[in-house]
Amino acid sequence: MNIIISNAVDQPIYVQIKNQMKEQILHGQLQEKESLPSIRKLAKDLQVSVITTKKAYEELEKEGFIETFPGKGSFVASQNSELLREKQLKLIEDQMAKMLEDSKAFNIPLNELIEMMTLLYEE
Amino acid sequence: MENIVEVKNLEKYFSNFSLKEVNLTVKKGFITGFIGPNGAGKSTTIRCIMNLTRADHGKVRIFGKTHEEDTENIKQRIGFVQDESFFYGHLSLEQNKKLIAPFYQTWNEKLFAHYIERFELPRMKKVDHLSKGMKMKFSLAMALSHNPELIIMDEPTSGLDPVFRRELLELLQDIIQDEEKAVFFSTHITQDLEKVADFITFIDNGKIVASEEKDALLEQHAVVKGPKEWLTAERRRLLHGVKETDIGFEGLLTEKQRLAGEADGQVLLERPSLEDIMFYTVKERKNGHSTIA
Repeated sequence: MNIIISNAVDQPIYVQIKNQMKEQILHGQLQEKESLPSIRKLAKDLQVSVITTKKAYEELEKEGFIETFPGKGSFVASQNSELLREKQLKLIEDQMAKMLEDSKAFNIPLNELIEMMTLLYEE
Repeated sequence: MENIVEVKNLEKYFSNFSLKEVNLTVKKGFITGFIGPNGAGKSTTIRCIMNLTRADHGKVRIFGKTHEEDTENIKQRIGFVQDESFFYGHLSLEQNKKLIAPFYQTWNEKLFAHYIERFELPRMKKVDHLSKGMKMKFSLAMALSHNPELIIMDEPTSGLDPVFRRELLELLQDIIQDEEKAVFFSTHITQDLEKVADFITFIDNGKIVASEEKDALLEQHAVVKGPKEWLTAERRRLLHGVKETDIGFEGLLTEKQRLAGEADGQVLLERPSLEDIMFYTVKERKNGHSTIA
């Protein structure tokens, strides 16, 4: 697992941790059932507070990406392929929503967008 | 979360200064930072917690007991580092240790040897011949070598270079790995706490102005900068320590969500540091206004 915290971005640190772990789970770099560092160990390695890593883990758990067993630690949750697909699609959808918002602000019509997308996809 | 230290309505009066209604907790398994400007009451509060001075009012409970009930047991379980060296200056580190160690039932000679080595301390040198930083390191080694469950430090980082300051923070994080210990330390060098502290208690002029999770504290505040025209009387009320110049203003927004939407594009909202929060809040009080709501 790789996590890089930036103090230069405005994003809260727990969100940075959460997003980076999420991405690595969705891309398969973190495999299901893989054991994760304890919140205290991770806090120490990242030089952040325990509360910060705790919050990141809690949210990942709520969203079904990781599981915590008292006394055993935290693990990447087993993802059934359907669910994983759904999450991957959701990720893309979120990115599209952001893109569409900007596109509308810049007055770029839908057909032009589709054209651009097709070109990029086939590259 | 379990409280190792509980301070309730603590008051202490001096002729020119007093602590008023000080409430704070130190939670097991976490690092709590105690910040405030010079003379805010940090050391006095710590001296009351350590029973080195008697409070005029209020209660201090450590491990669930007051000092009156069981001071001996409480002190056995605390590692205390003061801002000034209280060792015998004309004796060597080794001699000082030989005098002090027998007072602790849980003194661990191996652990002491480990810290002496880790901090590169000269055992045979006289305390008087150590630099300020070295004295602090020796103080730390002495405080940690009886495996305390609670570590209380008064300005431990003030005489230390940045390299050792970081090492100390790492050491503190090592200490809380087992979830059984707690760290409480005061400092006016807030950047040390920016990273590792879980909770922040902020004292100013003898009063606690904030006591909560560090992340929450940082998230609800923002430094606002912008053109003077934006600063209506209504908006000004949301800001602390406002500074106006010919070319604009800056101030501390204390409830970020109350300005949602109004800030778009016209003013800059920046993530504050603990130092920003301390600076603008103290400035606001000196200007004669209220404290954090």
